[in-house]
Amino acid sequence: MTPRPATEGAVQPPALTIDALGRKCPIPIIMLAEQINQVPLNGIVAVLADDPAAFTDVPAWCRLKSHHHVASYELPEGGWAIHVRRNY
Amino acid sequence: MLLEQAREEIAEVLGARADEVSFTSSGTQAVHLGVLGALAARRRAGRRLVVSAVEHSSVLHAAALHERDGGTVETVGTGRTGRVDAEAFGAAVRAEGTALACLQSANHEVGTVQPVAEAAAACAEAGVPLLVDAAQTAGRLPLPAGWSLLAASAHKWGGPAGVGVLVVRKGTRWRSPLPEDDRERRRVPGFENVPAIVAAAAALRAMAAEAGREGARLSALVDRIRAEVPRLVPDVEVIGDPVARVPHIVTFSCLYVEGEALLTELDRAGFAVSSGSSCTASTLRPSHVLEAMGVLTHGNVRVSLPRGASAADVDRFLALLPEAVRRIREQAGVRS
Repeated sequence: MTPRPATEGAVQPPALTIDALGRKCPIPIIMLAEQINQVPLNGIVAVLADDPAAFTDVPAWCRLKSHHHVASYELPEGGWAIHVRRNY
Repeated sequence: MLLEQAREEIAEVLGARADEVSFTSSGTQAVHLGVLGALAARRRAGRRLVVSAVEHSSVLHAAALHERDGGTVETVGTGRTGRVDAEAFGAAVRAEGTALACLQSANHEVGTVQPVAEAAAACAEAGVPLLVDAAQTAGRLPLPAGWSLLAASAHKWGGPAGVGVLVVRKGTRWRSPLPEDDRERRRVPGFENVPAIVAAAAALRAMAAEAGREGARLSALVDRIRAEVPRLVPDVEVIGDPVARVPHIVTFSCLYVEGEALLTELDRAGFAVSSGSSCTASTLRPSHVLEAMGVLTHGNVRVSLPRGASAADVDRFLALLPEAVRRIREQAGVRS
């Protein structure tokens, strides 16, 4: 899977990083839902996850919850940093 | 000649000629032989195989073997409903060197009906044979014309397990990928399981005879589940095409729920459902169908209504589901 590049200019640094490496879905999604309100509006949360389900499920969660999936970057040690922007 | 009578009956329901029908030991074997045999016969035309991203694993595994054997595979994606993009499929078929294209009649996990007529038209124009995996619709829904090979599975239409059907249309080139054997028009090695094939033919005729009425009845029950589940359970996505779908399958995903836990809860209540969630698969990977659709893969539940399923069964399922989901979420520490 290739990383999806951010579309709008430079990469906005995450205001919060959630380490869900080694955790199985739906735990990474539960952690994201619990913590997204800790970043300011339009802030970025990076979810680090290596369960293959997270690669599909974090963007799907964003769609269902009307947040914005910015991009998913492959991590050198396996898994992804999945960037989500808080919309509301 | 029980075997030849069963062959004629099955051919008639599938819209084929008896001499085009071969019996295999399963739907999976029918797909394997259909794909690899059509590719073998078209080797001079090219080594390119076109499949959709949401085909049954039997098609994708045959494709993987073709790739390991030096062939190429072009995978066509789907939209959010799981319906294959007909235009993209047509473009893929028209590309130089395409030997075979494969498209399911409907998806096995989400029930979405695929654009077989459009795919068949594109294939005819390009002179490429189309293999249709009709496992989900044989006996239930009419199949558009224009396919060259068809695979189906008897237990999906209420027949016994262990009988598959491979149909190779007259004029379609096919060469066995296996050592030569005389059985089934040299298409399938080994003896036919005649009693099971006779039972399969009877089951297909019965299914086809009542398909109109029973299909409409099951479809109304599926409509009810599709409408009620999001009303009764918060944070649920019902997936698959709401209209262009098979009558009996409905699939939904519940946010923050582990699929395995939900299956266990429902099983305890007497409902045998399936799931495309990774935690329920031996591979620990989520379903390739849900991935291709870009929908939630966890908390996934697939309900296949059996023949004769009643409104009371559906009511009981709908009464029990909200509490089961609530309990699992609570145990996982999800605040609602």
